[in-house]
Amino acid sequence: MATTAAPARPTIHPTYEPGKSGVWAWLTTVDHKRIGMLYLMTALSFFVVGGIEAVIIRIQLQAPNQHVVSAEFYNQLFTMHGTTMIFLVIMPLSAAFFNFLIPLQIGARDVAFPRLNAFSYWVYLFGGLFITLPIFFQVAPNGGWFGYAPLTTRPYSPGINIDFWVMGLQILGISSLAAAFNFITTIINLRAPGMTLMRMPMFTWMSFVVQFLLILAFPVITIALVFLLFDRFFGTQFYEVAAGADPLLWQHLFWIFGHPEVYILVLPAFGLVSEVLPTYSRKPLFGYPVMVYSGILIGVLGFGVWAHHMFAVGMGAIADSFFALATMLIGIPTGVKIFNWMATMAQGSIRFTTSMKFAIGLVALFTIGGISGVMHSSPPADLQQTDSYFIVAHFHYVLFGGSIMGIFAGIYHYVPKMTGRLMDEKLGNWHFWLTFIGMNLTFFPMHFAGMLGMPRRIYTYDSGQGWDTFNLMSSIGSYILVVASVIFFHNFFRSRKRGEIAGPNPWHAGTLEWSLPSPVPEYNFATVPTVTSRYPLWEGSEVDLESARINSQEGKTAADLGIILPYPTIKPLIVAAGIIVMFTGLITTKVLVFLGAAIIVGSLYSWLLSPLEPEHH
Amino acid sequence: MSASAQPVPHHYTSTGLDSRKIAIWAFIGSECMLFISLISTYLIYKGRSLVGPFPHEVWTDPSTGHVFRPILNIPVTSASTFTLLMSSLFMVLALAAVQNKEIPKHTRGDRILGSSKLWLWATAIAGATFLGFQAFEFTSFVHEGLTIRRNLFGSSFFTLTGFHGAHVTAGVIWLLTLLSIDYRRGLGPKDALNVDIAALYWHFVDVVWIAIFTLVYLLR
Amino acid sequence: MDHDTVHSDPAVMTAHAHAEEHHHPQWGTYKWVALVLFVITVAEVWAYYIPSFVASRAFVPTLLTLSGAKFAIVVMFYMHLKYDHKLFRVLFTGPLLIAATLLMALLFLFGQVVANFGPSGPPHGTPPP
Repeated sequence: MATTAAPARPTIHPTYEPGKSGVWAWLTTVDHKRIGMLYLMTALSFFVVGGIEAVIIRIQLQAPNQHVVSAEFYNQLFTMHGTTMIFLVIMPLSAAFFNFLIPLQIGARDVAFPRLNAFSYWVYLFGGLFITLPIFFQVAPNGGWFGYAPLTTRPYSPGINIDFWVMGLQILGISSLAAAFNFITTIINLRAPGMTLMRMPMFTWMSFVVQFLLILAFPVITIALVFLLFDRFFGTQFYEVAAGADPLLWQHLFWIFGHPEVYILVLPAFGLVSEVLPTYSRKPLFGYPVMVYSGILIGVLGFGVWAHHMFAVGMGAIADSFFALATMLIGIPTGVKIFNWMATMAQGSIRFTTSMKFAIGLVALFTIGGISGVMHSSPPADLQQTDSYFIVAHFHYVLFGGSIMGIFAGIYHYVPKMTGRLMDEKLGNWHFWLTFIGMNLTFFPMHFAGMLGMPRRIYTYDSGQGWDTFNLMSSIGSYILVVASVIFFHNFFRSRKRGEIAGPNPWHAGTLEWSLPSPVPEYNFATVPTVTSRYPLWEGSEVDLESARINSQEGKTAADLGIILPYPTIKPLIVAAGIIVMFTGLITTKVLVFLGAAIIVGSLYSWLLSPLEPEHH
Repeated sequence: MSASAQPVPHHYTSTGLDSRKIAIWAFIGSECMLFISLISTYLIYKGRSLVGPFPHEVWTDPSTGHVFRPILNIPVTSASTFTLLMSSLFMVLALAAVQNKEIPKHTRGDRILGSSKLWLWATAIAGATFLGFQAFEFTSFVHEGLTIRRNLFGSSFFTLTGFHGAHVTAGVIWLLTLLSIDYRRGLGPKDALNVDIAALYWHFVDVVWIAIFTLVYLLR
Repeated sequence: MDHDTVHSDPAVMTAHAHAEEHHHPQWGTYKWVALVLFVITVAEVWAYYIPSFVASRAFVPTLLTLSGAKFAIVVMFYMHLKYDHKLFRVLFTGPLLIAATLLMALLFLFGQVVANFGPSGPPHGTPPP
């Protein structure tokens, strides 16, 4: 049997056909890897935007009684910081990984619906711009990222700020929903032979759970937003207390979405950590089935805890008790994951790469966030904590210390697969430690400020309440985070051109994506692999390893191999543009609504009636 | 001896099922959540409007003395419900006709049953008739004083039934598109999946109406 | 749903898929299904016009059961969930259960269950407590 000689020095081969670079190629791409890259770059850009919003907030709050920004603009800042980080950063960063990684992990050539995939990205980009540009004209949404009605109804928010928010979120919801249908189908239907559900990599599993959360939660906020839109534009009475409306309707509908949303935000990061920790411990994940079931349980239970965001509204003892118990219960599967990660590392042969440090960072910092979370689960205790900085501390520990740290772990781990080059470990080390120190310095003092009564969403405060020092510490911490981020971006861009060549498997990891060249050829797998274990490259049979050898060869194009790829097409982008035009028309001139609708219908027909790929026997 | 990965056909799937069918069922699951939010809101606000008209009760406006009768018209809505229910039967027959297109038909009855165009038209017309009933109902309600902004009942009723009607409209357009393809090149067994997906969507829209008819119209 | 074996023959795979939906109902079955649906609808509307029945405690459960039956029949037969691969049953009933539970939870949280089924019925137009 001929063995392929390992190349003496791995080089990066062009893996796309000639004529497949350039702006048009990117605008018309339906390749999941390129779409993943688009999500990554756009999300990182919005990370800068959301970060700047945060820094301005921290400058304003650094000392008492400052007036760096007005109270009105401050409202826009914290609203957009939250909205940006949740909808335009964390979710799309997760989407970058869903896109890039899921087909590779399951042994597929692309997702089930490549054009729909491109559509999701363009809707995200246009929707993100739609909801972000207003702040440059000081008409950004200003009702909090959760937009409580009746505050956000027309009588109390007469300007166009909230209109941008309502429509922006509707647009972004379309993007997420479309992607969710795509990935559910992909994971169910496009797994390589032998890859049973219980052999799927953990990132794919957690992402699978997340897609279900998306399709079940987003319709609820869609309706809540429809009600708000109708109230604001058509004079309906959904949130009109004077007409008998219940002031809690918005809150219930929003949080029925909002709580699953936070699991949508964190489960992908959990999945990434479950890939990273075993790799750098050189041990399989401890308790794989339990990790799967706990992920599923978190997803399901996540629909039963939403009113813990409403302990202060007076729902009554029965409702309070039910949601308190459910919230405490959900801490169990989450805690189980923490223990399993620790057990994965125990007696492993640990390599402290940057990726590993971020992953361990998540385990530590998410635990802290989880502990404060359990404290909120008691309604009487939460009566003091709610709407104070204690809550701000909690959710930043789970979202920054959790989601962001996990995503950075994933970035350092997978960028080499995407670009073919490693990121610099020394710069990565600086990035990690400055992030770790900066993050804790920013958010730990908030526990104390909150306990001392500092409310959320205030643009300034008087001195003498015991809050000054903590706010100063938080602000300094945020400046450290700025430096950390600059180092990260420098590393990210520098390594695209000057990073060390990675080769197929620089980390000696065990899952299918590491059997492919870096960067991955357009067609992914030269031959679709057959899978016999959870870690095909570590524990796989001869069949696994043989297909891995075939698939790791470089230099072949799809044409060489006779692999049929979908046609690139601009139509998804056009439909997405039509959607934006239509929504813009609702705020500006009605003509645009019809124009947008016409663009949507026309290009949608064209898209649906044209074939995905060339004919083949 | 090298056990190379066996060549896998281009459209290999893990389940043997078509991806589009999996996607439409996931979509239907999602739509359950959409409609349940609308239905929940309607039921939450049931009986809570401060002014009429009301669905099942008389209301006298204290300031003008005008008497508003119960606004829902059960006989008319029963007729529209029946129409939509029949449309589901027609859709089922349309799908069967497409699936069985290549089977030779020997009797007149078989040929009638086997005409995809007939049953697609029947479905679309029944759907359009339902929409006609809805339009009639909406305009008569507005004429009688119930607008979408009048009270909680008006807001939740028109939004719920409006969303449903929009879904029916999209379905009718979908059916007309299938019809135009049938006229252009004919629909045959190779199109069965596409027609099946349209059918699943159509039946789901019918099923949502079953829920709405009971919860809004029949339950007082 | 474990398809470990490699189907290299597309014909085998398609046959396998069709084997799952082994029996498509034909006109005979559909005729009866349509009739049953029609009869149930007639029963529902009929019940609506019996004042003593409407006032009784059996009214709501009966109507919910009848429409539940119609729902199930359309889903199982017209949408042929009964005959198709089990996967579709999971994809549908999961969200359906969550939706139904949510509805019940919201009705409780907004006091509509107590208001409508509690000791005294609701006077119309009364704002909530």
